[in-house]
Amino acid sequence: MSVGTTDHDVPPAADPAGNGAILVAQNVSKLFGGLVAVNDVSIAIARRSIASIIGPNGAGKTTFFNMLTGLYRPDVGAILFDGKEIAGRRPDKITKLGVARTFQNIRLFATMSAVENVLVGEHARMRTGLVGSILRPPGVRKEERMARDTARELLDYVGLPESAFEQRATTFSYGDQRRVELARALASEPKLLLLDEPSAGMNPQESAQLTEFIRRLRDERGLTILLIEHDMSVVMDVSDRITVLDHGEKIAEGAPAEVRRDERVIEAYLGKRT
Amino acid sequence: MSTQSTTTSRLQRVRAVADARPARAGTLVCGIVVVAVLPLLLDPLSGFVDTSVKALALVVMALGLNIVVGFAGLLDLGYVAFYAIGAYSVGWFASDHFAAVNHGHGVHVLASVLKSDPAGIHFNFLLVAVIAIALTALAGTVIGLPTLRLRGDYIAIVTLAFGEIIGRIAVNGSSLHIGAYHLTNGQQAISPLDPIKLPFVGSFDSSTNLRPYYWTALALVLATLFINFRLRDSRLGRAWIALREDEVAAASMGIPLVRTKLLAYATGAGLGGLAGAFLGYYINSVNAGSFEFSFSIFVLAMVILGGLGSIWGVVIGALALAYINYYLIPDVLNTLPSKIGLHFDLTQLSFGIFGFLLVIMMVLRPEGLLPERRRKLELKEGVGAGEDLYNVRS
Repeated sequence: MSVGTTDHDVPPAADPAGNGAILVAQNVSKLFGGLVAVNDVSIAIARRSIASIIGPNGAGKTTFFNMLTGLYRPDVGAILFDGKEIAGRRPDKITKLGVARTFQNIRLFATMSAVENVLVGEHARMRTGLVGSILRPPGVRKEERMARDTARELLDYVGLPESAFEQRATTFSYGDQRRVELARALASEPKLLLLDEPSAGMNPQESAQLTEFIRRLRDERGLTILLIEHDMSVVMDVSDRITVLDHGEKIAEGAPAEVRRDERVIEAYLGKRT
Repeated sequence: MSTQSTTTSRLQRVRAVADARPARAGTLVCGIVVVAVLPLLLDPLSGFVDTSVKALALVVMALGLNIVVGFAGLLDLGYVAFYAIGAYSVGWFASDHFAAVNHGHGVHVLASVLKSDPAGIHFNFLLVAVIAIALTALAGTVIGLPTLRLRGDYIAIVTLAFGEIIGRIAVNGSSLHIGAYHLTNGQQAISPLDPIKLPFVGSFDSSTNLRPYYWTALALVLATLFINFRLRDSRLGRAWIALREDEVAAASMGIPLVRTKLLAYATGAGLGGLAGAFLGYYINSVNAGSFEFSFSIFVLAMVILGGLGSIWGVVIGALALAYINYYLIPDVLNTLPSKIGLHFDLTQLSFGIFGFLLVIMMVLRPEGLLPERRRKLELKEGVGAGEDLYNVRS
């Protein structure tokens, strides 16, 4: 056994002090009928760090993500974000607390322009209700104007060309759609950003840009970033810490150099050495 | 390169829209003036004015339903419930129904009653309108709650049942008692009702002049149009589109599912109640027999015919069906079959005519007369068929 911890060890997440962790998942499990999709997984993610979850297909990575964002309720375990229990809370409440995400299969609103998509992301930070929407007093107009400005700034920040701002986002290239999705996630002013396979469908050059951009997000915006990723060059390059899942269980955890050498990780990816 | 060219064309289009804005406002004002002046050219008691009053009230209803079905994408087959509740608000608060209230002297608030010191509760039209909106918005929220876990066909069934429940309560209301009073008079109807009275205008009298009713209905339509346009282009309107197209993504972006859907139900219901109250006043009677399932379908057909979510489309759809149903078939074409030697009235075929029109429409133009841009795209690309949040959240 190498340096990486396994699920048999005491999980670091059990540390009540949290070591400045922004997100702590403790012994989280999720069952779908007889299938154990996620089995007793614990992780702790340090504030302003970049962490990755890797593992073969079907390892339970996205299921784990869905529990963090409230789409699934864990059957067992606790999830603490910023010290607050969020396991099983409604997705919109978790978003409001400061968790935002992108999706593996990009889920932009199909009939909306790029700006409108980002405006939806700002929903949780806006206040206009039914009566305000109808009467549209100066305060509401101002909020709407500022929201639009913010949306344009964010789209610019993620590198979408300005000419595309008012166009339907689902007509964009794959890379640009990912950009809009990122801007939409950033629009909710998250503290923790969850990226589900952000480099899927990108060429090596685009992946390198993405890596750079993820670092910028952390350094310029003070975000904590957790990503699911298959592209090992991205993962090894960008991550401070990597968690490896296989068949729903955590099989290794540690710095990239440690995980890279871990026998069980190599076995899970390449098969057992004979 | 191609993005470049589409961008320029887009920019041109944006400029064209900006240029068209004052022109469009002018057209709108002209249109309103023409529609407002129209009854002055007609006999104040003519059948056409009578139909127009009903048609305008139905436009308000259709625009209300458009918020639920068109904007938020929640199918509602029980919209008649809000017509009923709106109309009974008038029956309860602007008639002799509660005769012994206040020792038979009645309760009057800025009332418009024909005889002096009548019994019963008599509130002013504006007050009754507020009560109708409040009651129906509450009912809309109640009906919304059980549908929140459902989608599509299932929502339709629950709302259909709700419409039927309210309809049954209305019919059997003569055996339900609040204290010494019947809840409703069932098929006996609560009648007569107070005439509408507006501040600075005075009481309306439908036996001599229908024009004031027409103008009141027109004002309601304009207010409802304003609400529709404002809501469509608002934070709430965006949230409805987002929920309609991808519930999971919408919730993950911070849109509260329950609250947002209930707001759509409540708003749509409130407008239905407002129109229901107006129709109650106009018809001067609240009869349980008029709150039938077919009315829900009638209003829904207006929305679909015009184009789901398309505000002007819904106005056109509502006017078209209302005039066909209340004017063209019974007044204009009714004797047509006998003229060609057949022994029946056209009104007996009105459901058949409606069905035929709708089938033709769905074949030739399924997105409606004046389709809304997004809805057309959704129809074409099959957007919004994704999983819903409550099934995902296990």
